[in-house]
Amino acid sequence: MNSATTNVAAAGPLTAGQRVAMHYFVAAMVLFFAQILFGMISGMQYLMPDLFYNVLDFNVTRMVHINAMVVWLLFGFMGSVYWLVEDEAGTDLVSSKLAIINFWILTTAVALVVVVYLFVQVGPGELKSIWLINEGREYIEAPRWADIGIVFCVLVFFYNIAATFMKGRWSGISGVLVLDLVALAGLYLAGMYFTPNISVDQHWWWWVIHLWVEATWEVLVGCIMAWGLIKTLGASRKVVTTWLYIEVALMFGSGILGLGHHYFWIGTPEYWLTIGGFFSALEPIPLVAMVVHAVYDSGRHGFKSSNHPALAWLIAHAFGNFFGAGVWGFMHTLPQINLYTHGTQWTSSHGHLAFFGAYATIIIAMIYIALQRVRGNVWMSAGLADNGWKWKWSLGLLNGGVLGMTMALLVAGYDQSFIERALEGSTWSGYFLAQQSKWFIQGMHWRMVFGAMMSMGIVLLFWDMLTISRTETRPVQELSPAPG
Amino acid sequence: MNDVPWWSSESLWRKMAIWVTAVMAVVLILLTFDTVRQITAGGERVPAYSVINQKIYFEYNDERGYQVPRIGEPAALFGNTHDEESAEALVTLGKLTVQAKNCMNCHTLLGNGAYYAPDLTKAWLDPGWVHEDQREQMMVEFLLDPEKNARTFGTGRRMPNLGITEAEARGIVAFLKWMSSIDTNGFPRGFTPLDQEDGA
Repeated sequence: MNSATTNVAAAGPLTAGQRVAMHYFVAAMVLFFAQILFGMISGMQYLMPDLFYNVLDFNVTRMVHINAMVVWLLFGFMGSVYWLVEDEAGTDLVSSKLAIINFWILTTAVALVVVVYLFVQVGPGELKSIWLINEGREYIEAPRWADIGIVFCVLVFFYNIAATFMKGRWSGISGVLVLDLVALAGLYLAGMYFTPNISVDQHWWWWVIHLWVEATWEVLVGCIMAWGLIKTLGASRKVVTTWLYIEVALMFGSGILGLGHHYFWIGTPEYWLTIGGFFSALEPIPLVAMVVHAVYDSGRHGFKSSNHPALAWLIAHAFGNFFGAGVWGFMHTLPQINLYTHGTQWTSSHGHLAFFGAYATIIIAMIYIALQRVRGNVWMSAGLADNGWKWKWSLGLLNGGVLGMTMALLVAGYDQSFIERALEGSTWSGYFLAQQSKWFIQGMHWRMVFGAMMSMGIVLLFWDMLTISRTETRPVQELSPAPG
Repeated sequence: MNDVPWWSSESLWRKMAIWVTAVMAVVLILLTFDTVRQITAGGERVPAYSVINQKIYFEYNDERGYQVPRIGEPAALFGNTHDEESAEALVTLGKLTVQAKNCMNCHTLLGNGAYYAPDLTKAWLDPGWVHEDQREQMMVEFLLDPEKNARTFGTGRRMPNLGITEAEARGIVAFLKWMSSIDTNGFPRGFTPLDQEDGA
């Protein structure tokens, strides 16, 4: 076994896997910035509909907003896995050269896709538009050539990770992780074909979207969380692994058939109202387990952690996941309410809190874990230089911003559901009447205010990431096993 | 370390994770076979594409407790009656255009998409087209020049010019007409359709 990885905690140059991870983290943060920028433009277009009219219309700005998010989260996940793989496997990455080449292919493809989104935007109603410009299906708009490229790159990534574990050692965390990656990559294939039948289209489209964000991504962050708690708190591997298995059982137990809550209104059979309603109502349970697990472990260790920013973001993840995905999801998941809220700002309220709370937070936590190592395994616990104001304020601004935005969109969503659906019979004039109601417009204004708060938060976050512990000389805080 | 009770042991939960996942996956796969069968075009829930040759109504059904589509008397689209093959070709052109023009990032279809513009599930039946005789023509004209024919209902939100050709516009109208015939379990709730002369 290579000595560089037998003790990754030792200061010194980054290992090969860690260097690969840093590439992914940097690209992820650039895309995070793009997501917020295009989100701000999209939000402004609600208030100023002539903004960039016929130049950069809402369908383009919103597509870049959500695609930047999907891709930065995937980059963040890949970075996180590259970061932990050597430590978890106890050996070097099988091929760091392949990983770097793979990174550049993927990044170049993403850049090309975005350039085409921005400058070509739409094409004629032919298959070639779907192959070359954009697939026109929410979240997975990437043209078909890019789909194939993504699958190829994910397979290379998968080979590198699985082969590294095979060369080194397996653990509960890595076993779950590798199986989950197989499912995650395989599911993407369900989104890669054209059919004129919109019901069949959306049926398979949800296999990708739902079984990613409400099943395989959740399990992936469960693995990252497990590793993160061992690293930042010194949590017991046995306890953490048992929790991970419990989470997998609960997550897949509720989430796989929870897919049914997307099958209420798209032409799919009526039995999905019962199955989808029942299983999706159970979906918050694993998220409660995750909160209990994170907070319990933190408390057991007296909140004494080796990396305060990372632990704070891990806790933000546990709560954000629970509230955003769990509570906000549950609130409109039963068909009796979803009939009114489906396809309104209600959904965007849920989407904003869930994606940020469940996924953005944990990737930021992983980046802080990585930065500690980059800065030479220095102290990142209590009493940082300047009292750590930058990480604390950026944590507050980003989380406060997304919460405020969620509430503003929720008010708009309630208003829209009530006016458009319940009162006005869901017609186009009903839709527009709701869009002009006072509370709806207030919601759109407040969303921008909190969006501005998030924008300040991300600037501060980047500043902090570039500077934190640069001048720190104290070594990392030693972790002790939990008492009792 | 034998003080861990059986119900919190690592090995029990490892087995639980595997079994629960496997059982749920199998149930989903079985249900998928049935669902795909039911939503294939030509079935009861999702009519064949040649439904564009007929009138489509959206009416309250006592037994089910919500509105469902009813397929009515013949009503040729753009004056042509299509056989199954040419109807599918027209709807396919419409669906391809809907994707290539990225409609879903402003509109929702079957309630999925973005919320900047109205839902298109029942666009064909929307009372905004005023009268069924002028509907097809109005829809095509709107799609060809949405800027000039803007229908913003006072919001100032206009659909952009997407360079839609006349053939594509007709395809979109066929696609929208066909989509309005899908049985969506009553979505959108309480929809008030355009008044149509009922020849049934």
